[in-house]
Amino acid sequence: MGKCNNVMNPDLKKKLLFNMLRIRLVEEAIAERYSEKKMRCPVHLCIGQEAIAIGVCAHLSTKDYVMSAHRSHGHYLAKGGDLKAMLAEIYGKVTGCSLGRGGSMHLVDLDAGFLGATPIVGGTIPIAVGAAFGSQMKGESRISVVFMGEAATEEGVFSESINFASLKKLPVIFVCENNLYSVYSPLSVRQSAERNNSAIVKGYGIYTDKGDGNDVIEIYQKMENAVGHARQGLGPAYLEFDTYRWREHCGPNYDNNIGYRSEEEYLDWRKRCPITCFEEILKQEKVLSDLEVKETVKKITAEIEGAFNFAVSSPFPPEKDLYHHLYAY
Amino acid sequence: MEREISYVKAILEATAQSMAEDASVYIMGLGVPDPKGIFGTTLGLKEQFGNQRIMDMPVSESAMTGVAIGSAMVGMRPILTHQRLDFILVSLDQIINNAAKWHYMFGGKMSVPIVIRLIVGRGWGQGPQHSQSLQSLFAHIPGLKVVMPFTPYDAKGLLVSAIRDNNPVIYIEHRWLHNITGIVPEKIYTVPLGKARVVKEGKDITIAASSYMVLESMKAADYLGKDGIFAEVLDLRTLQPLDRESIINSVEKTGRLLVVDGACHTAGFAAEVMATATEKAFGHLKVSPQRITYPDLPTPTSPALANVYYPRVINIINAVRSMFRLPGRTEDELGIKHDQPLDVPDKSFTGPF
Repeated sequence: MGKCNNVMNPDLKKKLLFNMLRIRLVEEAIAERYSEKKMRCPVHLCIGQEAIAIGVCAHLSTKDYVMSAHRSHGHYLAKGGDLKAMLAEIYGKVTGCSLGRGGSMHLVDLDAGFLGATPIVGGTIPIAVGAAFGSQMKGESRISVVFMGEAATEEGVFSESINFASLKKLPVIFVCENNLYSVYSPLSVRQSAERNNSAIVKGYGIYTDKGDGNDVIEIYQKMENAVGHARQGLGPAYLEFDTYRWREHCGPNYDNNIGYRSEEEYLDWRKRCPITCFEEILKQEKVLSDLEVKETVKKITAEIEGAFNFAVSSPFPPEKDLYHHLYAY
Repeated sequence: MEREISYVKAILEATAQSMAEDASVYIMGLGVPDPKGIFGTTLGLKEQFGNQRIMDMPVSESAMTGVAIGSAMVGMRPILTHQRLDFILVSLDQIINNAAKWHYMFGGKMSVPIVIRLIVGRGWGQGPQHSQSLQSLFAHIPGLKVVMPFTPYDAKGLLVSAIRDNNPVIYIEHRWLHNITGIVPEKIYTVPLGKARVVKEGKDITIAASSYMVLESMKAADYLGKDGIFAEVLDLRTLQPLDRESIINSVEKTGRLLVVDGACHTAGFAAEVMATATEKAFGHLKVSPQRITYPDLPTPTSPALANVYYPRVINIINAVRSMFRLPGRTEDELGIKHDQPLDVPDKSFTGPF
């Protein structure tokens, strides 16, 4: 992580750090409380992958659209999604962002421009393209961003979507988080070693870039270029970042013991923690003090505590709600 | 003044008038602006509304369905067309996992107002992958609405309703209805979704059908009337949400039910209609409900086999007669003549598509 741009505003750097830290602390709090069995839905934690959400969303306003997939907590929070509504949703409460119908895998916050996340791999990619297409047809100047895992590039709908996005020069940015595994299936059993996703996407006439998914500054800078490209009407962009999921595919635990990946690999990635590495750099640059970190952690922890209290104390949806919202009127 | 136009023209008019009244309506599908214009249903729209709203598209049914959904979520009202129903199968993930559920699973925060027009092929050897009737599949998915208009009047009114509706609507057209004509008002109007219609009143038996099978049922009812059996023909029009009340009312009146569903037998929509009558009007039934469907087989291409595959008027007549414990009749006895080969609906249908 030597690419940290010293010209960058120190306040911005700290904001990026603290926003990553906030996602980390939320996810850790979920992991910690998950065993209470009150959060009765699958959770896909993004611990270890926070930098991409933050580096990307730092360039978006609330009027820009973001969509995501199953591992979406970080994307939702980075886009400004309401924390209380997210936790209440995971607890199945009526105060949840989807009134408790969706759970962790179906987050939404329209006020923040987070149009929704769903867990069928690749499912939201064409929808985000469609949102960009709708914006273009209506003459609106906003961009759409869709977060996806590297496995989504294996879906046919991905190729179809980038083709249409390129055809119509749509203001959409595809952000691929390559964390090397789809559930427990490593990249090596899913994509040939010769495959180059960036080159494939580039072949469709799309702006592409790739980088270190644990380096928030690098992500921030690459996204800046991609956003500039899209906002100028030059068409879609595809960004691919390498990163690593620290915990099990689904759930609060670590699972390096079950045999699909090695403890050594995990420890290597842990050394590249997007948060602690960046924190060290900012301290070396003397723009950040231990005290500031401590105070921020305290503030975020209080916010999280309040949000959990809200979620836990909120009511469940009444039984009569079962039949509501099947159809829109 | 009353005016007769074809089913195709009725669809075209509904589309044009809906686009004129609402700038967020657009139509896309493979061949929408091409010289044949989806069997004529989109001809002239490009000249009137431009190629931004009258769109051809990549052969990417899945992504383009997602694109339609995404655009609908942000304020557009897309109509997506497939020249054969069978092509929609490539996009079922987007329809079933996303379009149908989006409103419900996100707590009513967004809606997906899209219309997907599907054309069921038949005849001239359309075969296994160009003539499927999968209405029961779509009707099984909560969140979708499914309409199957029979008359040109309903083709227009139901399409206008489908376009104005804030939900995903599967609009199924039968290729053999495209050329029929009927009275259609010139001005824009709606036919409500979710309402069946008695197209022929009768007192002895209810024949419930949809789409092209209503036409066959009407013909059968005429022959039955000559033998003193007065059938009430109920055009279901919308399969989801189903107008159960109209089914029950008619069965309570007639005491008998035959369902004619142009689709395969097992787990088909006919079973749902029969179950409705059995559950809600059991005490009125004089005989057990019966159904006429296609066999549980893919559609064969050869006319020799397809002619046996598709039920005809005589099959409906004899199913009804058996419900009155009357012996079956033959086409010769009834004077049913086929001056055209059985694999075409009328002289105007010349194939190959």
